[in-house]
Amino acid sequence: MSENTNQSANVVVEHLRAWNPKAVAEVIQFRGETTIVVPRELLRGAAERCREDATLQFNLLTDATCVDRFPLEPRFEMNYHLVSIPRRDKIRLRVRLFGGDPVVDSLLPVWPGANWLEREVFDLFGIRFTGHTDLRRILLPDDWEGHPLRRDYPVEGFRDVPSTGALFRKSTP
Amino acid sequence: MTTVETATGTAKTMVLNMGPQHPSTHGVLRILLELDGETVVKAVPDLGYLHTGIEKSCEDKTYSQVITLTDRIDYLSPLGNNLVYCLAVEKLLGLEAPKRAQYIRVLMVELQRISSHLVWLGTHALDLGAMTVFLYCFREREEILKIFEMFSGQRMMTSYIRIGGIALEPPAGWRQAVERFLKMMPSRIDEYETLLTENRIWMGRTKGVGCISAEDAVALSMTGPTLRAAGIPYDNRKLFPYSSYEEFEFNVPTRTDSDCFGRYMVRVAEMRESLKIIRQALDKISNEGPIRAEAPGIVPPPREKMKTEMEALIYHFKIFTEGFSPAPGEAFVTIESPRGELGCFVASDGSPKPLRVHFRAPSYINLQALPKLIEGQLISDVIACIGTIDIVLGEVDR
Repeated sequence: MSENTNQSANVVVEHLRAWNPKAVAEVIQFRGETTIVVPRELLRGAAERCREDATLQFNLLTDATCVDRFPLEPRFEMNYHLVSIPRRDKIRLRVRLFGGDPVVDSLLPVWPGANWLEREVFDLFGIRFTGHTDLRRILLPDDWEGHPLRRDYPVEGFRDVPSTGALFRKSTP
Repeated sequence: MTTVETATGTAKTMVLNMGPQHPSTHGVLRILLELDGETVVKAVPDLGYLHTGIEKSCEDKTYSQVITLTDRIDYLSPLGNNLVYCLAVEKLLGLEAPKRAQYIRVLMVELQRISSHLVWLGTHALDLGAMTVFLYCFREREEILKIFEMFSGQRMMTSYIRIGGIALEPPAGWRQAVERFLKMMPSRIDEYETLLTENRIWMGRTKGVGCISAEDAVALSMTGPTLRAAGIPYDNRKLFPYSSYEEFEFNVPTRTDSDCFGRYMVRVAEMRESLKIIRQALDKISNEGPIRAEAPGIVPPPREKMKTEMEALIYHFKIFTEGFSPAPGEAFVTIESPRGELGCFVASDGSPKPLRVHFRAPSYINLQALPKLIEGQLISDVIACIGTIDIVLGEVDR
């Protein structure tokens, strides 16, 4: 099993390297899962390769999500989980982003399904996706302040809830 | 508002607010519809009304405590959520549940699939005006919930699947209860089909409604019965087997019509396939054997041991006070939930609380195809389309 995953991972790495020698910054193997770390400016190109290349055929973008490693830098990790239905294969593409400049190319032009996935990450982490045509908050109200899934956003006590008055006051005015 | 050309000249479109309290949305979903007469010109879903920040809450709990939260994501399939989370943590730990526990897990999630499809079929038929089916479906679902209550003590929020195995030994008489259900169910599915499949009104409301091509469905990341009705046999149980699914024999029903009727037929066929899997699981589950992996410090020791052995007591105490710390890393596991590909991404930084838990919610991602399905269709078809995507708003908003 692990040999197979290694081989298929090698195929993806080779193809990406053949397309652009700088496309693979790092390959991480953990518990049989392969993560390919891609430089930020090459993400969309690498994703296009993964989708269009006749030997890779990653036709389904199953998930895109972010991890915040605050206070480490680069704090944000964008993870894209790709599935190739015809080849029965999975791969994870990763981009690392610094907290001061959380901007990455949108994958909307590659997979239309990236639309709500990226909107969710934008809403909850505040990552901006360049080239996304409809980057609005999706789960939280439009006037919400802050991005709750960041690690420096507290689980409770972020601010007073006006309707409860002093009863549940957590922060000092 | 825009001006549109109609047969009688130019006309203004109208914006209609459907929801958030519309009965056919099965929760609180708001859709802004731009209408030209009865035809939908543009649809913009607006969600988040049920957002409870489950993923944020998970970061403040130990790995075992998160299980109770997962029940509340997709409340029609709590066992599926338990399973995907436990599989992800087990992968992170490099742990595997014993075979017997894996078979019991399969039995439970397949029963769950039938019960979820029954709720779907009942409410969807109710939306389209067939009330009898709703009553029939809930009658059978009740039988499944009784089985869940036998196993876990709970009808809905079961928390039955735990890290490294399952919570409890199956209760006395469980085989007879499942046997009774297996004997009863096939004829009941026939009954629903008699009421619906060749019903003129049903066919009129669903055939040719909400079509989507296979290419579009994959590009929009759709999964589950919706994708299989478009002709792509993508099923995690077959493609990426988990929990010993590779040992079970079943078919993956597909259709090529890709309309609301096709999705209905796929789900009905899936219920029959699930019955086959339950039958095989019943034969595979032995009467004796471990239900939890041997993993001191991660899986709680049996009660008897805890009372007689000092080490077991210490482990018990440590698991429930500070939890356990998996090695730093990430794991992403996907399973086939009744609604599609349910994924769980768990990242650990080596502390007893997860750094990040993310659920790839199939109804959230399938719902983004809704505008594609309904634009150009009639307003009454909107209800049929929302129904056949099979959304659970708890899972959409999390």
